[in-house]
Amino acid sequence: MKRRKFEMAAVPGNVARGVDDRFQAATPLRRLLNKVFPDHWSFLLGEIALFSFIVLLLTGVFLTFFFEPAMTEVIYNGSYAPLRGTPMSAAYASSLDISFDVRGGLIMRQMHHWSALLFMAAIVVHMLRVFFTGAFRKPRETNWIIGSLLFWVGFLAGFTGYSLPDDGLSGTGLRIASGIMLSIPVIGSWVTSSIFDGEFPGTIIVSRFYIAHVLLIPGLLLALIGAHLGLVFKQKHTQWPGPGRTNDNVVGERMFPRYALKQGGFFMVVFGVIALMAGLFQINPIWLFGPYEAWVVSAASQPDWYVMFLDGSTRLMPAWEINIPIGDGYVIPPLFWPTVVLPGVLVGMSVLYPFIEARRLKDYRSHNLLQRPRDVPARSGLGAMAVTFYLVLALSGANDVIADKFNISLNAMTWGGRIGLLLLPPLAYFVTYRICLGLQQHDREVLAHGVETGIIRRLPDGRFVEVHQPLHREDGELEYVGWVVPKKMNRLGALGPAIRGFFYPIEKPAEAPVSPAPPVDSDTERSEITSGERR
Amino acid sequence: MTTTHPGHAGGDQPVDLDDPDLSRFDIVRAGAREDDIQIVHYEPQVVPGSKAERRLSRTVALFFLLTGVSATAFLAIYIWWPWEYELGYGGDKWYTPLLGVTLGISLLGIGFGVLTWGKKLLPKEVSVQDRHEGVNERDRKITGQTMLYMADELGVKRRPLLGVSLLAGLAPVGAVAAAPLVGGLISQPHKNNQMFTTGFAPTEGGQKIRLVREDGRPIRPADVSAGGQITVFPGIEHGVSNKYADSPALLIHLRDTDAQEAREANVRIGHDDFMWGNFAAYSKICTHAGCPASLYEQQTNRLLCPCHQSQFLITDNAKPIFGPASRRLPQLPIVVDDEGYFVATSDYTETVGPDFWERP
Repeated sequence: MKRRKFEMAAVPGNVARGVDDRFQAATPLRRLLNKVFPDHWSFLLGEIALFSFIVLLLTGVFLTFFFEPAMTEVIYNGSYAPLRGTPMSAAYASSLDISFDVRGGLIMRQMHHWSALLFMAAIVVHMLRVFFTGAFRKPRETNWIIGSLLFWVGFLAGFTGYSLPDDGLSGTGLRIASGIMLSIPVIGSWVTSSIFDGEFPGTIIVSRFYIAHVLLIPGLLLALIGAHLGLVFKQKHTQWPGPGRTNDNVVGERMFPRYALKQGGFFMVVFGVIALMAGLFQINPIWLFGPYEAWVVSAASQPDWYVMFLDGSTRLMPAWEINIPIGDGYVIPPLFWPTVVLPGVLVGMSVLYPFIEARRLKDYRSHNLLQRPRDVPARSGLGAMAVTFYLVLALSGANDVIADKFNISLNAMTWGGRIGLLLLPPLAYFVTYRICLGLQQHDREVLAHGVETGIIRRLPDGRFVEVHQPLHREDGELEYVGWVVPKKMNRLGALGPAIRGFFYPIEKPAEAPVSPAPPVDSDTERSEITSGERR
Repeated sequence: MTTTHPGHAGGDQPVDLDDPDLSRFDIVRAGAREDDIQIVHYEPQVVPGSKAERRLSRTVALFFLLTGVSATAFLAIYIWWPWEYELGYGGDKWYTPLLGVTLGISLLGIGFGVLTWGKKLLPKEVSVQDRHEGVNERDRKITGQTMLYMADELGVKRRPLLGVSLLAGLAPVGAVAAAPLVGGLISQPHKNNQMFTTGFAPTEGGQKIRLVREDGRPIRPADVSAGGQITVFPGIEHGVSNKYADSPALLIHLRDTDAQEAREANVRIGHDDFMWGNFAAYSKICTHAGCPASLYEQQTNRLLCPCHQSQFLITDNAKPIFGPASRRLPQLPIVVDDEGYFVATSDYTETVGPDFWERP
């Protein structure tokens, strides 16, 4: 029998044909390969969150192999000598084991924690980008809502994870959380005792938080992230205005190969930075805090950064207790407002914002082009207001540390925060609004009169004027199209682009693009600019 | 150096894929057009075979090799570096930083290598794709009508009994799904009056509970000097544990004048016998959010809670004088028993810990 000749080169083609026969993959794959993505650095912020989430999943799975989510009391007998012989919960003991007795466990723990912080930070910065550029407008309101929810689900993921090691710091956080739940009117005590199975701390909360942290919340996060990306894919990404860019097209690169390579490279960079941070910067050294004991706390116990604004709001809240004199009397404690009502209001405001703005502007069209923050002063002002509000709260969350380090009275810090919380946001709104108007005006001015050249001309009557380089030849104003207006001569190519290369030029200077400016390399032009002394 | 491919790929006509003159790029461009994409600009960044291309390839290769070296270093360190914890400043303290640096460098190597490859070596392009957000009125109508038709077929309108019975019958099923979860988790908060009692409640036989230290030893008045303070626990089984998280108190030995002031304040609110001599005991659990209010400022007789900075004035019944707390720290009535040790005459007379709705 004649053996069929095996042709290596034909294998990929045959496999591809076989796959397509069975799954008809060619058409959808072509669509995927061809999909066009617009590019801008600010579109990468959300991806940092996505990539940190992947690192969270990878390192999290590693940690589950060694963590014991139980509050059973054990006597520690591991490598960390200072705590040997101390009674503690199994959860804390196993967290210490991950840090000291599992080879490479500490770096995994630190990577997990750092990527969690980065995840939340990237979400916030991404959200600011989306807000200030108007990317949340129709048709993308749903994705804005999903994004807002992602922050709060991420917040829960962070808090449950932070509570698991059952160390001195996390136990205090859990104690405050139980106080917050208790403060809810009518059902507070029922909610708390149901979650903790009795009085705080009980013996089951770590197990419950564990399953929430490793299954329920990540499942929800995955679903939300999947929906978020799916919608970005379906609705196509927004783009900045610019040459050839309209509301009905996407101008950019096809997904493969360049765009995808850049994404892959960026993922590795994010991953690498997390690894560096995890190796070089210590985070949450639980062995220094000791096991949780209800009667021990130290000053400067701060939560993770994304919780700090709630800590701040709690510190600033005046002691306003509402008593309801019916029957035995009922109470709404002051803790309720800054920790339950405030987050509720914040969620509601962020979720509703796209609809409020559309209603205010009576604008119900679809928008695929982004807006420069200066072009929408009211929205930018509101954003600045929100950021200021947040910053005052976050700083107040560290007001004891600030008071200590800068020798300020703690009570003065609290009062400063209270007053600042009311005064600074409106001020930020006003200042931002004016800055936006100023920037707008300068754009219009350049479009009408041209770019400042830095060349001063003396007129016959003795006046000095600066020569402006008009942006076009005809008379009259250019129309503003919502994109960057060149404001420096080298942006017009008049000075030519800088020559690239660190130690030596790596390329011949490119020819300057078409520009209305006169060529600069002729001898006569040069001599006119110098002092005139020729030797 | 923009490439334009004239001829074959032009026009709206689908190209003949079997045309031997067609380049692969022509097919790519034709395929893109089928997805409503115009590749309007396609520009190689480096000339094939040029010095720049070789240089960039070397850069990319260098990044990948760096990754290889660094990843190997990671493995070597992981395996051979002494990692087990020792007290002091041994080599084990370098284990995690070294792992982080080598892992970081190897990942950054891949990252920058791939980025350089993608950004510098591959052609730059500008493509324009239609969004297709137009509404297909026809499909909208068809889908709408189909759904309405389905509703008609089900005939809930004509047969109202079905609708009502469906609701009446299936609503409890939804509740069935929720019942085990709610029923399993729910826990009566006032079981054994737990929110209003602590470990200091006298036993059923009327036996008063001793105040003990963290190591379980009882306390004599002489153990705390004037101006000093100590955290005390109920002298019962597991008294010094999180099981009695609400119980810990701060036993403070006030100086004479302060004690006098505190006693007068006690009398004002009917806590006449709560202090013993110059000693007063206040719950350590903050009435705001439950942190231990444990920073005692001797000079001003203030207790500060480090979590949210509520401040309580000990000489005025631990009344909150600053910060978010709205309720004073409950006082533990104390006395010295026949053997000379501190005991609690009764439990706290006010509710300990964070405030809640039904606190009387």
